[in-house]
Amino acid sequence: MRQEIALLAIIMLLVIAEIFIPKDRKVSIIHLTIFLFGIHTIVGFFHMDENNLFGGMFRTNHLIHFFKNILNIGVLILLLQSADWIQEKILNQNKGSEFFILMFSSLLGIYFMISAGDFLMFYLGLELSTLPVAALAAYETMKRISSESGIKLILSSALASGVSLFGISMLYATTGSIYFNEIVQMISSTNLTLLGMVLLFAGISFKISLVPFHFWTADVYEGAPISIASYLSVISKGAAVFILMILLFTVLRPLAHIWENMIYMIAIATMFIGNLFALRQQNMKRFLAFSSIAQAGFILLGLIGQSTTGTATVVYFVLIYIFSNLAAFGVVQAISLQTGKENIKDYEGLYRTNPNLSLVLMLALFSLAGIPPVAGFFGKFFLFTAAASKGFFLLVFLAVVNVTISLYYYLLVIRAMFLRKGDNPIPFFKNKIYMRIGLVITVLGILLLGIYSPLYDYIYELSSTFN
Amino acid sequence: MINMDILSLFIVVPALTVLVLIFTKNLKQARIVALAGSLVQLGMAINLIFSYIKERAMNDAIMVFTKDVVWFKNFNIHYNIGVDGISVALLLLTAIIVLAGVFISWKMEDLPKEFFISLIVLSIGVYGFFISIDLFTMFVFFEIAVIPMYLLIGIWGTGPREFSAMKLTLMLMGASAILLVGILGIYFNSNADGGALTFNILEIAKVNIPSDVQKLFFPITFIGFAVIGALFPFHTWSPDGHASAPTAVSMLHAGVLMKLGGYGVFRVAIFLLPEGALHWSWFFIILSAFGVIYGAFAAIKQTDLKYINAYSSVSHLGLVLFALLMLNKTAWNGAILQSLSHGLMTALFFALIGMIYGRTHTRDVTKLGGLLKVIPFISAVYVIAGLASLGLPGFSGFVAEMNIFVGAFQNDDIFYRVATILAVSAIVVTAVYILRVVGIMLMGPVKNEAYLTLEKVRWYEKIGIVLLLLPIISIGVAPLWLSELILKSLDPFLRGVL
Repeated sequence: MRQEIALLAIIMLLVIAEIFIPKDRKVSIIHLTIFLFGIHTIVGFFHMDENNLFGGMFRTNHLIHFFKNILNIGVLILLLQSADWIQEKILNQNKGSEFFILMFSSLLGIYFMISAGDFLMFYLGLELSTLPVAALAAYETMKRISSESGIKLILSSALASGVSLFGISMLYATTGSIYFNEIVQMISSTNLTLLGMVLLFAGISFKISLVPFHFWTADVYEGAPISIASYLSVISKGAAVFILMILLFTVLRPLAHIWENMIYMIAIATMFIGNLFALRQQNMKRFLAFSSIAQAGFILLGLIGQSTTGTATVVYFVLIYIFSNLAAFGVVQAISLQTGKENIKDYEGLYRTNPNLSLVLMLALFSLAGIPPVAGFFGKFFLFTAAASKGFFLLVFLAVVNVTISLYYYLLVIRAMFLRKGDNPIPFFKNKIYMRIGLVITVLGILLLGIYSPLYDYIYELSSTFN
Repeated sequence: MINMDILSLFIVVPALTVLVLIFTKNLKQARIVALAGSLVQLGMAINLIFSYIKERAMNDAIMVFTKDVVWFKNFNIHYNIGVDGISVALLLLTAIIVLAGVFISWKMEDLPKEFFISLIVLSIGVYGFFISIDLFTMFVFFEIAVIPMYLLIGIWGTGPREFSAMKLTLMLMGASAILLVGILGIYFNSNADGGALTFNILEIAKVNIPSDVQKLFFPITFIGFAVIGALFPFHTWSPDGHASAPTAVSMLHAGVLMKLGGYGVFRVAIFLLPEGALHWSWFFIILSAFGVIYGAFAAIKQTDLKYINAYSSVSHLGLVLFALLMLNKTAWNGAILQSLSHGLMTALFFALIGMIYGRTHTRDVTKLGGLLKVIPFISAVYVIAGLASLGLPGFSGFVAEMNIFVGAFQNDDIFYRVATILAVSAIVVTAVYILRVVGIMLMGPVKNEAYLTLEKVRWYEKIGIVLLLLPIISIGVAPLWLSELILKSLDPFLRGVL
């Protein structure tokens, strides 16, 4: 509960700060927020929570706590990367602190969602984590496309929440309880239960943007501010993967022989559709949207290898994915802020003018593509190992086919940056300090998380207590 | 203690070279650093040969100079390195070719720092691959060796470089992705005798993996490696890639990178899955024999010097795979020798082609003529390399091919004999395309007056050439020491195939 209270305190502080800080010094809110959230992130690593509250509605253990830490790091990097954007575009509209408050509220919702011990808390968390993001997606009110993406997000996520609520009610109808640990004893594979499970799964799949619940993704990413697109693709998706894992591995474990098939098919569909649609994208944001759909397909390979290894590989992969994707989004954000350019074609000749940014983006894309020695390779290799350990060699084979397809479009961006000279390359520019810190952290993560094996051992240890 | 880490240095030294290269400012600094790094590397490789011979005299283990550090303990992944006679020979080959490559790229004007960094990163992958005992580590190094090719061809290449780079990278990475399935298949069956799951090649070799598993995963693993060894029909990346690549990259690529294929096939597919090899060898023998003949005939039809050499590589490397699949010691010895000799010859060829192209700005054989008169040094070496390539006694190629065919013919089965005879016939074709090029390009009158004033060969080019030429002749004249080095290491591989 400690982290939830701390985050709530930060939100309250921001409300007060907003009232008392005079209009011409609003910049200090950015510094204050990053400072506070940085401390919150660091403190999270000391003394892990482990308890049950409210009669089992809320629970934490070391793995859940660690997962909140991962998300904290992600949000912190995201704040660092979007600080300049907020300062330049948002502060003068006088909605700086609201941005942070909304984002933190959503994060608070995520905390509650992954700590939920029953479906009521789960649903509350789900709603709290979704609604503020819709507001954030429409944050650039002057841009039509931004409002459009906000509306798209709110409508479709409301539908998704409704669907999963419907599913929950069916599970309640057949088992007579909303508590996870009671349901798991009562659950059996009746038709109504299965329907409930599928609907619940559909609701969460929407947040992870698994095929066929992925249609909103590219449009919303394209319209939303880049920091929100990256929040959706990294934080929100990571959290949804985690809650899906909790539900599948605990509540729905008795039905594993059924959802295994479901995951199997969805994994294949998600990987192929995500990758094939990414091939032709011209806009970096849409490109990263489809790439992140495909990545979600890979994550399912860890879920299907349900075991301690499966849990550990999924958490490990999500951690690496956060760093890689944030690095990619960070570079896109930096370039978009300086020049307003967002198309792959605009990146031609980038290496010759901005070598550092190009290298960051190259590392990020290599990590997403899974090329050693950067971290993404290890994440993917272990996911495949988890799936293969259950004998799903065909699935692994299809996944590696997809790795090759994905390599093609990641190389397209690298081709633009390195191979081409470009008629009108983006001129050299210097990033501000926050952006630089944010990018450096992600690069360090990409380079070190993979080769530094004690990290995986640590996650494995946490996961073994979880199952 | 220093002796223990003699192998890790093969990764550490180039890594340090890369680190220093990052801080260099221009071509002069970059090439000096790269040169220093690869000189040290060559010194280490030569030193390794001598220490290996000394160590082998008193140590009977399959691999010597081993070092084992646990990496990911939950998957039982280790950083585990060691060498036998085959790998030390290939390490030396790599060191020679990298050094020659640095000399040949002495005038790399465009982004020199990045060029040398990519080149050396590639060599890290190759060195690491040859010294790995752990399948996971081996796979990591394999991919590290492949991916810089994209930048090397894409940025510094000529012609349709973007297309060639993409094609090459996707085919090789696709193969390595398939290989990953094979490796996982081997890994999850490494406990067949009740032990723990392991990636350690030497451990797995002791396990009796069930026969049907071997039959399932052998072709996957074999193809995964053999694509980079230009197995027909997966060789198509190679001619395009070679033709577009800059000179040093072609050298490294044909000379070293393609050797990863044969080495991997031998060390992983045949060594770990011998029953699978026995079961499938007929099929892959047909493919590789076809590749040998097809490559030779395709080379006849080409007029672009680089394409001629690329197809000749397909033919020669097909012979390596062909020999490996014969599953006996003589043929294996020939295969390794062929890898080494082909590596040196092709690197030499590509270096010479690079020099000719740099002077005449064409690689079209029909437009060249009488070069022997204007650039005698380059032309003379080209003749020598050609003679070595067609297997003239006295050069390395003869020793290798002799061993291969003698070994291959030892199989009594009519199928093997027919395949061998067909493969031998490719040598005749080799003579045709090599002598044809020599005749058209080097002899006769000078076709173009502009060629009369061609620049003389430079000192750094000479060094590069001599570096490659010396071992070709020394292997040809005195092959025994090398054969001995290799033959002793072949016994463990016989375990499953007898």
